[in-house]
Amino acid sequence: MRYLPLTDADRQQMLSVIGAKSIDELFVDVPEGALLKELVDLPRAQGEIEVHRHMQRLAEKNTPAGRTAFFLGAGAYRHHVPASVDHLIQRSEFLTAYTPYQPEIAQGTLQALYEFQSQVATLLDMEVSNASMYDGSTACAEAAMMAARVTKRKKIVFSGGVHPHYIETARTACEALGLEIVALPAAIDDEAAVTGKLGADVGAVIVQSPNVFGTITDLTKIREAAHDAGALMVTTFTECTAFGLIEPGGSYGADIVCGEGQSIGNALNFGGPYVGLFTVKEKYLRQMPGRVAGETLDADGKRGFVLTLSTREQHIRREKATSNICTNSGLCQLAWTIHMTLLGEKGLRQLAALNHEKATQLAYALGAVPGVEVLTTRFYNEIAVRLPKPAQGVVDALATKGVIAGVAMSRLDPKAGMDDVMITCATEMNTHDDIATYADALKKVLA
Amino acid sequence: MTYETTSGNKGLQQAESLIFESGHATSTGVDLPEPKGGKYEKLGGLGRKAALELPGFSEPETMRHFVRLSQKNYAIDLGLFPLGSCTMKHNPRLNERAARFEGFADLHPLQPTSTIPGALELMDELAHWLMELTGMPAVALSPKAGAHGEFCGMLAIRAALEARGEAETRKRVLVPESAHGTNPATAVAAGFIVDEIPARDDGRVHLDDVVAKLGPDVAGIMMTNPNTCGLFEPEIKRIADAIHEAGGYFYCDGANYNAIVGKVRPGDLGVDAMHINLHKTFSTPHGGGGPGAGPTVLSAALAPFAPVPHIVKRGEVRELREHSDGTQAFGRMCAFHGQMGMFTRALTYMMSHGSDGLRQVAEDAVLNANYLLARLKPHFNAPFGERPCMHEVLLDDSSIKPKGVETIDMAKALLDEGYHPFTTYFPLVVHGAMLIEPTETEPKRELDRFADVMIALAERVNAGEVEFFKQAPKLAPMRRLDDTRAARQPKLRWKPEANSAAKQAAE
Repeated sequence: MRYLPLTDADRQQMLSVIGAKSIDELFVDVPEGALLKELVDLPRAQGEIEVHRHMQRLAEKNTPAGRTAFFLGAGAYRHHVPASVDHLIQRSEFLTAYTPYQPEIAQGTLQALYEFQSQVATLLDMEVSNASMYDGSTACAEAAMMAARVTKRKKIVFSGGVHPHYIETARTACEALGLEIVALPAAIDDEAAVTGKLGADVGAVIVQSPNVFGTITDLTKIREAAHDAGALMVTTFTECTAFGLIEPGGSYGADIVCGEGQSIGNALNFGGPYVGLFTVKEKYLRQMPGRVAGETLDADGKRGFVLTLSTREQHIRREKATSNICTNSGLCQLAWTIHMTLLGEKGLRQLAALNHEKATQLAYALGAVPGVEVLTTRFYNEIAVRLPKPAQGVVDALATKGVIAGVAMSRLDPKAGMDDVMITCATEMNTHDDIATYADALKKVLA
Repeated sequence: MTYETTSGNKGLQQAESLIFESGHATSTGVDLPEPKGGKYEKLGGLGRKAALELPGFSEPETMRHFVRLSQKNYAIDLGLFPLGSCTMKHNPRLNERAARFEGFADLHPLQPTSTIPGALELMDELAHWLMELTGMPAVALSPKAGAHGEFCGMLAIRAALEARGEAETRKRVLVPESAHGTNPATAVAAGFIVDEIPARDDGRVHLDDVVAKLGPDVAGIMMTNPNTCGLFEPEIKRIADAIHEAGGYFYCDGANYNAIVGKVRPGDLGVDAMHINLHKTFSTPHGGGGPGAGPTVLSAALAPFAPVPHIVKRGEVRELREHSDGTQAFGRMCAFHGQMGMFTRALTYMMSHGSDGLRQVAEDAVLNANYLLARLKPHFNAPFGERPCMHEVLLDDSSIKPKGVETIDMAKALLDEGYHPFTTYFPLVVHGAMLIEPTETEPKRELDRFADVMIALAERVNAGEVEFFKQAPKLAPMRRLDDTRAARQPKLRWKPEANSAAKQAAE
């Protein structure tokens, strides 16, 4: 077996040093009958050629996004990731390192974490960022739980513009803790409904901007209403490139801003691994979940970085920890930092402007298709459209024509009563021809 | 000897400032088409006014920055990484290639199912391997890391209790004192109360201690097997039976599954739920702290409560169930299907090894650990060293501490010797613990070299060279870092104002 260096001679020699006659003598504590005599019923070892062939065969059964006219977003976005990003994250010293528990020989990981935290806090206009979470949905669930801890209130209100999967993820996690999740009806724009739901028992209101329908919202009124009620305002997002062009939650005075970072540095990967971004106001630092890197000095007085504030975390606080989280999203976070470094302010602003331009072209093209109504009026790169037919059938029909048009709202939330609504987006990856192909195919499907 | 260079570099070790100190907001490493701008703007006046002072680098500067940083890291590709409980094994590069196939990496999680049959087949195949290996009838693939898998398992237990109408009465979860910190943190996150089982002198959980705690309010137990002292729990099956008889469920922390993969099936031990760290046993890269993946196998009693989304098979057709309405599914762990990128890597790894190779993995991992135990036992105190260990060796500081050297000093001395140290001070139940996990991918000569180094260090302790240890590391990229300072005056990001103030003060 190519990954196992011991030879049979090594094994014999080592057993004799140990003083055991057979390997099974080392498994002496396994209860009678539980030590398998036979191999489990699975195929035997295979060489690189055979395994490569098998995996390739599986991969080829799928239709990759890049082989279609692709306009699907709703929580994961297809962007260009520069070639150098993937090269760098595959360097052995990043790929095959562990959590930086020995900081003297992990400054590469730690400095990159510190840079990531600095970039994320700057992008989201917040004071403090952690070292990342699993993804946007779990970050949002952690934000809901953190808000309940901070305010000691049990009710969390979700805007009807939050991605339905994010609400479900938060509901699953929060209800176990005895918290109450109030999810407002799905709505393209529900600013008034959100402010109307705030009361003295609400710990936080969670709003998404751009929301799942693409709508961007001025969060000033929601923040005022939340703070007047003694609640936190949590803002979330699924498309982080938006903040190269629009105001992030931090600029509206949000207490926690969290969401999905996949758009920068990371491929679609069929849903994971991604990278959750999580930022807070400094006064809530001690209630923040997840690991965090901080600056310090070494014995010679030189600047270095360490993991810090671990007294919040499970390995120290055990059942009193702020979260059970034990990892960050290391390599995905590194990819984010490298891509963000390549972009810089100039590149990010340009990228965001391009996305918006493509989306406005898309909105115009779809709006010109008979029977199609563009529902989103203020947006970044994603819009919701109303179709004259159930959206799921239209999405499926378009897929057979090589167009992956978006997602039917009924797939995200069958109970929303929005069966005729489709969510669709455009990024810098879409060409003018893609948009024309899409509009043309949609016209035919609806005819 | 100290020798300060003008550049701050030390030979191949390059000094490297922060991006924020050397980059500019006007530099970029990407060339994008110019947006036409203006005419079609649909932002509703909500364009960004907040500052966006993100520094950028050209591509060559970016490459250098991150290559220089990388060279300050230790890595498994560089040498033995014997971090106990972490399973730092070789990461095969075929796995990396497979994960990057366009047909996996360039798939959106919400694409129409007609366009993703291969992805569903891969997930189904991975599930089959995990279920066969563990002898369990179901698996939830979506948990994103080990602790997330624990959460999934405990939520399944909670849902099963709810279905029995006992969620409000059964609140107590037994957790041995030696458990990973994630176990008690998870039990609390899932709405349970933790009742700790005190540690015993032999490092094992005793049936009597469990039985003494059983009652009608017990929801279950969270036990690690092999446990955090590196020992197989001999009474595990009888403990499982006792828990079941008392109406509770058995959660097994699968962090140490590498020791028994292909040799022992957790399903045969009475386990109801166990997460599998794909980044440990199945070699998906640790990546400096993630991403992990924590698929969780479930017993027949818990299987109906598995979270969405999951694959439902109708004959040969695989469908995705994405909503829990009308089912007993307890909810949703995350937005999409879990860590697909890790599924491809783990399946590639498992197929490469096969049933025979995976059993050899467990045997060699255990053999390597016992070999190190045999070599180190005469020189260090091994608290449970009278019996074989599983895949990790546990030493304590009782032979070195009276001479003025602590576990942390031993670890820092290893840095100068060119090694990543063992896990320090864990498990908490052993004073000054040094937990060593060599894994199966180390050749004998590497084990011998490491043992020689450890023995030489023990001899230095015996020779009274306390200062040698207290000064370590001297040769690593940095000297010992001040954790207390970092925590007392948290500086968690670069700030322009703080920096310019420091600059002014310097001028």
